[in-house]
Amino acid sequence: MNIYLKALKRDLRIAIRNSSSILNPLLFFIISVSLFPLAISPEATTLAQIAAGIIWVASMLSVLLSLNALFYHDFENGVLEQMVISHHSLPLLILSKITAHWILTGIPIILLSPLLGLLLFLDGDGIWMLMITLLLATPSLSLIGAIGASLIVGIKNSGMLLSLLILPLYIPILIFASSAVSQAQFGLEITGQLYFLATILMVSLMTTPFVSSIALKISLE
Amino acid sequence: MLKIDNLSCQKGYNLLFSHLSFEVNFGDILRITGTNGSGKTSLLKILAGLDMQEQGNVSLGGHVVKSKAYQEEIFYLGHLSALSGELSAFENLEFLTGLNKSTNQVQLIKALSNIGLKGYEDECCTKLSAGQKRRVILAGLFVSNAKIWLLDEPFTALDPNGVTIIENRINKHCKQGGLCLFTTHQNSTLPNQKVLAL
Repeated sequence: MNIYLKALKRDLRIAIRNSSSILNPLLFFIISVSLFPLAISPEATTLAQIAAGIIWVASMLSVLLSLNALFYHDFENGVLEQMVISHHSLPLLILSKITAHWILTGIPIILLSPLLGLLLFLDGDGIWMLMITLLLATPSLSLIGAIGASLIVGIKNSGMLLSLLILPLYIPILIFASSAVSQAQFGLEITGQLYFLATILMVSLMTTPFVSSIALKISLE
Repeated sequence: MLKIDNLSCQKGYNLLFSHLSFEVNFGDILRITGTNGSGKTSLLKILAGLDMQEQGNVSLGGHVVKSKAYQEEIFYLGHLSALSGELSAFENLEFLTGLNKSTNQVQLIKALSNIGLKGYEDECCTKLSAGQKRRVILAGLFVSNAKIWLLDEPFTALDPNGVTIIENRINKHCKQGGLCLFTTHQNSTLPNQKVLAL
């Protein structure tokens, strides 16, 4: 557990000192959401209907944008080799990297979402549900994304490949999360969607560190 | 004793080496020589548990490569720096040594001082020269408890003083019952070194 915290601290320290890696996906998130009222309609009723979908698609794409760098720098400079031959559990080290990724991309998205929700005329219930779905599902986005990032780490210019690998796995999360927010706006039952998102989170938390570690070992050979 | 039995390695269509068998006893220094592309790095990577061999076995006292008991005895230095440019020399060394054992700050600062980086502990690694970067990871040799050192071109970018420091450290390690396999294209004055030509 100690090595988990050490690796987490290291990744956060690197990210803070290289702040563009954190800011670029966030700027993409803010800009893409704020362009929709200009392109579609500034009318409150129109925007409120599609707000959940817009924010969820933008957050998914901004997480995807940041995934390429998850293992790339450590692969390039040889730290990943040292992690693989380390005495400590590789899945635990990978989980720490995924946690750092979520702290740096998922949490800022969750914190920014109420502001962007207001911009798109989302009501109070909708904003709460948006934040809850993001809190439940952004860790899954980082976890599932780590599988793709570890598979393509040794391949140059693999951004498109990562999207093709990961986006199909993101679709169920997108459908259930945005439908939960839309239904909450109309005061409908959303327990089923939340249970589904929680299940995806639990399954990905238990499996992805192990799958990623196997993929990384293959990429290094 | 490190035992390599009938080892073969293939990269793409090229067979780098085949049916390679040798033993390295504790206390031995083995220098691996060969032309570019002869498989020196691949051999060290197989011994470190990073690459898969086509066939053959590697074992240390009955423990096969990639087993926990085997991996605990390995210190591997590859071609790559294993340093993050955003971190200082101390922070990099602390993380890299922490991957294998917990080392206190005093030992790490002493290790950096032993390797000739006194005063550079808090310097960001992007601001260090190629030789100084190499010294940061080589400082790990001064705090390592691993018995088997696998060093791929450890002297690259080092000045003569740096080479002497590392050679003395390797010599001391082997006298204390460790063993070291290294590759280099430079002349090495390490005493009692055995040579394996690939």
